[in-house]
Amino acid sequence: MTTVETAVGATKSMVLNMGPQHPSTHGVLRVLLELDGENVIKAIPDLGYLHTGIEKSCEDKTYSQAITLTDRMDYLNPLGNNLVYCLAVEKLLGLEVPKRAQYIRVMLVELQRISSHLVWLGTHALDMGAMSLMLYCFREREEILKIFERFAGQRMMTSYIRIGGLALQPPAGWREHVKRFLDMMPPRIDEYEALLTENRIWQGRLKGVGYVSAEDLIALSTTGPGLRAAGVAYDNRKAFPYSSYEEFEFNVPTRTESDCYARYLVRVAEMRESVKIVRQAVEKITDEGAIKTEAPGIVPPEREKMKTEMEALIYHFKIFTEGFSPPPGEAFATVESPRGELGCFVASDGSPKPLRVHFRSPSFVNLQALPKMVEGQLIADTVACIGTIDIVLGEVDR
Amino acid sequence: MTQLANASASTVVEKLRGWNPQAVSQVVEYRGEITIVVPKELLRATAQQCRDNPALNFNLLSDATCVDRFPVEPRFELNYQLLSIPRRERVRLRTSVSIQRPVIDSLVPVWTGANWLEREIFDLFGIRFEGHPDLRRILLPDDFEGAPLRRDFPVEGKR
Repeated sequence: MTTVETAVGATKSMVLNMGPQHPSTHGVLRVLLELDGENVIKAIPDLGYLHTGIEKSCEDKTYSQAITLTDRMDYLNPLGNNLVYCLAVEKLLGLEVPKRAQYIRVMLVELQRISSHLVWLGTHALDMGAMSLMLYCFREREEILKIFERFAGQRMMTSYIRIGGLALQPPAGWREHVKRFLDMMPPRIDEYEALLTENRIWQGRLKGVGYVSAEDLIALSTTGPGLRAAGVAYDNRKAFPYSSYEEFEFNVPTRTESDCYARYLVRVAEMRESVKIVRQAVEKITDEGAIKTEAPGIVPPEREKMKTEMEALIYHFKIFTEGFSPPPGEAFATVESPRGELGCFVASDGSPKPLRVHFRSPSFVNLQALPKMVEGQLIADTVACIGTIDIVLGEVDR
Repeated sequence: MTQLANASASTVVEKLRGWNPQAVSQVVEYRGEITIVVPKELLRATAQQCRDNPALNFNLLSDATCVDRFPVEPRFELNYQLLSIPRRERVRLRTSVSIQRPVIDSLVPVWTGANWLEREIFDLFGIRFEGHPDLRRILLPDDFEGAPLRRDFPVEGKR
């Protein structure tokens, strides 16, 4: 249990325990606040309430089985977690994924980014007292979840991205469904902006709140919208393109104010960019084509082949009983999750189970900047700062 | 891509060798990723050099993690993923510590962001970081016994 020693006597300060069951901590984050009146002198985040030992569990699963665990880390970005894990294992194996599968991956993770930012915007607006926006944001998010359900059969724990490709062929009618969403979304983003961007209360709550300089953010390893709001145009999709991102045209929105308001503007602009990327991906994805790479013994064979070819049947059996064994070595893959740089480090010792799986989760690392943001500010601003860091506790604690 | 990685690998390694020939004890290249194995004693100095040398400029510590190679000795392998935002390059520093003395220099003086990453390793692997300002458990409760991510810790937990 984290405790704080406080001064006594005339300069006595008060310690307030915020969380772990506090709605604005977006889960089970506990922050110990040492207060002088309403001013925060010191903030100490206390984590671990949602620690489930995912990394340890991965070591006891075969490489393919561990995919389902990744869904459960950042529950607002399950497809992104699937992707980074699969990219790391594919790197370890030296697999190339068919272009069509890469484009579908890009389309889905960008839809996921929009849905994640929608949840962020809705809940953050709710924290700041703008309740109606949450209803609007969740309405649009529902449409994205319907698309995921159509693709994966699951709204949230998709496990749709697999090692070497995708789990299933895209469903019939997906193109119209996604296009319908794309036509709907930009006017809706305009609507949110009409409600918030020039809103005086919104600006009053966010402008100039939670400033941290770009140098401090880099020293604290912060990535994602928080860093881009400080003027550093670092985005994994541009810096280290994966899954054919180099073929897509999009901008990396940045601001220079580095306050909560700038982080809000960056995220809204990112939603618009994601819509652009999804639109390009829809054009690029062909109607026919492979969604899995040809890698006997690693990627499960087509159902049809299993019924006609002995080899395919044997491989299928072996993949699902014993798994496959990548050569000994390590791989570190990174993607740009809605929250920042999401990394996955996989070490193999040549056995069918990973020696080590480690996730570099952006929520965990970005949360380190919280004390820097709130110390010296008002207690009410702590809520705004936690909100704009955009943490998902499932990913912080893993 | 691999070609590019090769070219810059040699510059990173060259710069480090030029600064201190002992700093690079081995260079591993696998799947386009460069791992520089650094002796334990020189870890902090090498990290400092990686950050401050303008030709290297690894300004962000992306990740730090540990791999337990039990029963091989020294069994703990610490991996630091360095990132240079201006130069768009990554490199991995690696060093090993043994179970007899699981202690290593903290990198918090170099990158403040190492703080929680090292606390996580301390928490889950029981490796102590010398010079860390606030070395406490971070994910597990304070009264938890053992280091659960060690390979000799049972998956189902100790009962």
